[in-house]
Amino acid sequence: MKKRKINIAVTGLNAIDSPGPGISVIRALRDSEAFDVRIIGLSYETLEPGIYMHNLVDKTYQIPLPSAGASVLLERLQYIHRKEKIDLIIPNFDAELPGFIKLKKELDKKGMKTFLPTMVQFDARHKVNLSEFGKKHRIKVPFSKMIFSANEIGSLKEDFSYPLVVKGKFYDASIAYSPDQVHSYFNKISAKWGLPVIIQEYVFGSEVNVTALGDGTGVTVGAVPMRKQYITDKGKAWAGISIDDKKLMSMTRKLIKSTKWSGGLELEVIKTSEDEYYLLEINPRFPAWVYLSVGCGQNHPEALVKLAMGEKVKTFTKYEIGKMFIRYSYDMIVDLSEFEKISTLGEL
Amino acid sequence: MKINKNVALSDSGFVFNPSTGDSFSTNPIGLEIIKLLKEGKSMDYVKASLLKTYTIEEATLERDCYDFANMLMKFKLTEADEKAEN
Repeated sequence: MKKRKINIAVTGLNAIDSPGPGISVIRALRDSEAFDVRIIGLSYETLEPGIYMHNLVDKTYQIPLPSAGASVLLERLQYIHRKEKIDLIIPNFDAELPGFIKLKKELDKKGMKTFLPTMVQFDARHKVNLSEFGKKHRIKVPFSKMIFSANEIGSLKEDFSYPLVVKGKFYDASIAYSPDQVHSYFNKISAKWGLPVIIQEYVFGSEVNVTALGDGTGVTVGAVPMRKQYITDKGKAWAGISIDDKKLMSMTRKLIKSTKWSGGLELEVIKTSEDEYYLLEINPRFPAWVYLSVGCGQNHPEALVKLAMGEKVKTFTKYEIGKMFIRYSYDMIVDLSEFEKISTLGEL
Repeated sequence: MKINKNVALSDSGFVFNPSTGDSFSTNPIGLEIIKLLKEGKSMDYVKASLLKTYTIEEATLERDCYDFANMLMKFKLTEADEKAEN
């Protein structure tokens, strides 16, 4: 079968110790049997490794940080579009998604497709709204509370026992064993991600995650559950294995059906020793380990491209159990001239 | 005691529980026990079979099998006991 040529812009090129999903998404797209992809990397920092991975990324452009606002982003994307004729954009950061969701119609008019959750879906699953989300969809969620000031830390003992989890509104989570540690994490996390900071009950158990794709009508196009086997000090999976967990799959399908989720997503769940499942987070995009889905026989990023292009997609009915991913670090040697180009011209 | 149907066993003694993602290594006797249990044999049958094959005191075998069975349960490799063939 002849592959169709398509230009796809992808963010999340930060393949670092707490990696963005971009490189995994790109690898999945490169494995596509339907598309011959040209990858346009969209980066925020000059040291995102993906910028220099020319075997995966054909050309990279710097884009403005989400704090610059949607109109500045649109202007930059239009510039890139004029040069590259982007068919589709796959944003991979939680923090940038609101900007892309706002621009969805505008981008579509200009020929740049996206396949994203709606703003309502994005907001409903937000960490700060997760308790309500759990109640609405009858899913167990650890008790959590938002705090806006360090003065509130002293009174946490009324609602929580230690350890507890201190979380940023977009990223970062640390386990605190004392009010002093909460103080320290509160300062660190609020300085990086702003307020509120979320305090969450700590649930003991094993961490299981699901990468999935919803078609926007309630259908789960694909889903692969994974258990983390090796967790870094940043809480990221360095190794994981696909598992046969029917309850987790049923929870995923139920969530996608009831929210009519559109796009990729990751469920982060704790499974207790009593086989109870607590939903910790719903990430509104593919996870950094999404390439495992390809290894298990479900190419979720490729299916997302088809959905975005308005094509019919068959739902995946099976996946390989017992497939593992093991992440590794790798030192690239890069010429200063490349770093200079991306630093001064904003493209490479 | 029954081993979960979906537990995968290899001849090298590698045991994989696809429900949890856990994997274990067992020695040849452990493998023999799990295989028999997976075939639906009861623990009494397993003990009798081991007693016939190996030179071991019954009390020691009893204790070791008890420990091993507890370990299998702890690692969630077993399901509720149903009708096992003797």
